[in-house]
Amino acid sequence: MSRALWGLAGLAIFAALGEALPRLGLISPLYAPPLSRILSLLGDQVQQPRFWTATVDTLKTWALGLLIAVVAGVVLGVAIGAVPVLRAATASTIEFLRPIPSVALIPLVSLLYGATITSTLVLVVYASFWQVLVQVLHGVADVDPVAHDTARAYRLGRWARVRYLFWPTALPYAVTGVRLAASVALILAITGELLIGSPGLGREIGNAQDSGAVPQMYALVIVTGLIGLAANLFARMAERRVLAWHPAIRGEVPV
Amino acid sequence: MLEVQGLRKVYDGHGRRVEAIADLTFTVGGGEFACVVGPSGCGKTTLLRCIAGLLPPTSGQVRVAGEPIAVVFQEYGRSLFPWLRVAQNVELPLKAAKMPRAQRQRQVDEALAAVGLADAHDAYPWQLSGGMQQRVAIARAIAYGPSVLLMDEPFAAVDAQTRADLEDLIRSVWQRLGVTLLFVTHDIDESVYLGQRVIVLSSAPTRVVENIVIDLPGERDQLTTRADPRFAELRARIYAHIKKLPSQRAEHGSTHDLSR
Repeated sequence: MSRALWGLAGLAIFAALGEALPRLGLISPLYAPPLSRILSLLGDQVQQPRFWTATVDTLKTWALGLLIAVVAGVVLGVAIGAVPVLRAATASTIEFLRPIPSVALIPLVSLLYGATITSTLVLVVYASFWQVLVQVLHGVADVDPVAHDTARAYRLGRWARVRYLFWPTALPYAVTGVRLAASVALILAITGELLIGSPGLGREIGNAQDSGAVPQMYALVIVTGLIGLAANLFARMAERRVLAWHPAIRGEVPV
Repeated sequence: MLEVQGLRKVYDGHGRRVEAIADLTFTVGGGEFACVVGPSGCGKTTLLRCIAGLLPPTSGQVRVAGEPIAVVFQEYGRSLFPWLRVAQNVELPLKAAKMPRAQRQRQVDEALAAVGLADAHDAYPWQLSGGMQQRVAIARAIAYGPSVLLMDEPFAAVDAQTRADLEDLIRSVWQRLGVTLLFVTHDIDESVYLGQRVIVLSSAPTRVVENIVIDLPGERDQLTTRADPRFAELRARIYAHIKKLPSQRAEHGSTHDLSR
């Protein structure tokens, strides 16, 4: 049996359990409704404009935050990584700021921006920025000494070295960073909406919980999962295109 | 022309002071093909890096008449950029030197044709065999239009047949371009076959042991040249020099340690 079929089989078993356990009374249907109910409610949801507004809000927060984090992480990562003095000067600061959990900033941002998308955006950017920055820094440090000697021997200027040596070397790391950042950004987008109350799926989940609409809450949770899945698939596709030359991706070559 | 005068290099770090090169003085005339041989670990690569400007010498100086200098490294697989296609690899130094596009194109085409890779423009280096990759690296050096070409054991990692082909290639390239060529190798036969002169180095701390003029005919051929009695004489002479050197250092490939 192929991998895809195994995957489908696993999913089917999981779905069957989700349906059977509440129906058999093994877990309370009050807190975990059968899957068919959740799905039928999801069917209702997708017909409501309110659901789509929330989804678009979440996607906007997520994508914009990710974009800012990736651009800032890549630019700063390459700049810091390529200049040894900058690297030495910033290493300790980065190590100090990086472990601060983004959620610890929730009181601060809600004080500053209230229950707005900006609040959540700050959390998203803060959390995903470090993922990208640290990966890019590692990537730039991984430049092959022989390749570097080659660049120096052939008088490549600073800009040419960044463009043709540092950046391509760091790219596989950056792509990993972006993939990690994409999931972190989604987590923070939902967390921010849920806790701060900025518009989006997270707030809808909170509302559903408050009004005791448990199956609806599950339906929304499933949607966030699907968004995460789509983001990861997209990131992997992009990875294969961008890194076609990389040993991990290029596959067999005639030697 | 290439002039190395009183070159000395001491590595100082990690609590160990190592004198790699004690005192090197030699000259390679304009358009001359000189080989440098020495036991392993004698600082051949250090010397080449100092000449290429990749490593500052501790004292002494390197003077090069004419620019630019091109370098062919031993590790072709790491020296070529895997994310660039063959033609882009060859073109990159020219692009960095802001050469106009049309001229770049022409020099890349010529260089790749000169190494017999006229149809490999669009391949990635890793799609080629080792020997072909080193040809790409040689093409990159040729296209750069150097007045001095430095080669650091460029054929040490390819098989014997490919190696013979590449030796003949580099001789024809040298004859055609008239560059000053310094070829570092640990292979005595190779140094005699290729060069007009062989500079024999001692083990570390390195000095010049002898400067041997290779008075073989200019037209060289893998079979007849290597069968020439004069070839055997020259080979034996260099071999005797290198054999005489303290062998335990050569075996360990280590450099002279001043801290002991």
